[in-house]
Amino acid sequence: MKKLFIALPFVLGASVANADQIQTKVEQMMVSSFKANGIASIDRQKQDAVQKACSGLTPPDAETMKKLEAAEMATIKWPSDGNFTGGDWKEGQKIAASGRGLTWTDKTPDNNGGGCYNCHAMDPKEVSEGTIGPSLEGYAKLRGNSEEVVKYTWGKLWNSKAYNACSDMPRNGYGGILTEEQIRHVMAYLFDPASPVNQ
Amino acid sequence: MKKQLLLTALGAAIVLTAPLATAADDELNFDAYREMLADGNPAELFEMEGEELWRTARGPKNATLEQCDLGLGPGVVEGAAAQLPRYFADTDKVQDLESRLMHCMEAQQGIPSAEIINGSFGKGERGKLAALVAYVVTHSKGKPIAVDLSHPKVKEMYDMGERVFHYRTGAMDFACSSCHSQDDKRIRATQLPNITKPEGAAAGWGSWPAYRVSNSQFWTMQHRLWDCFRQQRTAEPVFASDVTIALSVFMAGKGNGAEAQWPGVKR
Repeated sequence: MKKLFIALPFVLGASVANADQIQTKVEQMMVSSFKANGIASIDRQKQDAVQKACSGLTPPDAETMKKLEAAEMATIKWPSDGNFTGGDWKEGQKIAASGRGLTWTDKTPDNNGGGCYNCHAMDPKEVSEGTIGPSLEGYAKLRGNSEEVVKYTWGKLWNSKAYNACSDMPRNGYGGILTEEQIRHVMAYLFDPASPVNQ
Repeated sequence: MKKQLLLTALGAAIVLTAPLATAADDELNFDAYREMLADGNPAELFEMEGEELWRTARGPKNATLEQCDLGLGPGVVEGAAAQLPRYFADTDKVQDLESRLMHCMEAQQGIPSAEIINGSFGKGERGKLAALVAYVVTHSKGKPIAVDLSHPKVKEMYDMGERVFHYRTGAMDFACSSCHSQDDKRIRATQLPNITKPEGAAAGWGSWPAYRVSNSQFWTMQHRLWDCFRQQRTAEPVFASDVTIALSVFMAGKGNGAEAQWPGVKR
């Protein structure tokens, strides 16, 4: 009897709670359960439009996706001098291999890695490669280096969400993960005929 | 006796460190290596320390933890971890093993929870708590995970945990689901369980806490989640905070029925 008495209020409480209330509680919890540490500020717990729209159990409808993608496309900074691929592929290789940066144990928000190998195959000789993203082995050998391909690749590296609002890939340029110069090096790693990616 | 075990474990760790360096290159598969280690899991050392801590009178109240109720009655350790997290009426909270032990340490021994919450993994009272975890989970090894989702507060935590799992945020837009919602994926050479499926959730929940060979540390689930969030590039989760409980309920509940392999052993 005593047990029943205790349990009753919770049962009533649960029946009132609906999906919206749970969502509100989750949003509050995603702030209140965290604390700032070094470069990892509490602002990181607040979602922007893309993050919010892509956090459901199902992706947003096609129209919403298009709107989000258009807004993200507008954030892409294209190279002012038209130099898309003139970086150093050897530098690009280092950036692709490094998954470091932007955690609360990193001292500076700069000098980050691109973390490319965490998810993508690139150099066919590298065996320790992630599989979440598509293989990029032979990138330019397979796709060529037309203006369209080069421009798409720059845009995808700068802000992946411009092409797929719910892409798993971070927004390297827009998010301040990589600098324009670093992105140019990664472009060289993908497009330079001498790069191991294209061997 | 204790020293002898220590030496045996250290010997095993040294011998087994050698194949580790090449394991990833050779086969990208840690399973065989893990099997080799399972017989002499160095987590035993932490388990022994934890058992001693459980029985030792400590803290301002100079009490043992032998009256701590982990859900199956005061002092019952056998099978308790397999049914956690659960709702506790005395705290009116859903608690995982770590937050429950922390509660017992404060209520019975007078050790302030704040000391653990504001501490660091592997150090001070939070380090001692990890040893207690090793002791308690060992007594649920091979038991089926059995989290009671019929309690409304537990079910609510499960629902919140599922949403947290898909909640994208931080500097790289990641959610737990970014890495853990597909079958047979890897980050570099590390295999990722698909936690949206019962077998993947059980693989994750049922193999932590674990001894990590690469750094010779025993990591609890709170520690594991903390490092997941670090790599997710969020702000730092507070020890035993609601978000960690919600995710734990989600994983454990999703994995219900599978055998717990505690304590695990990891690269």
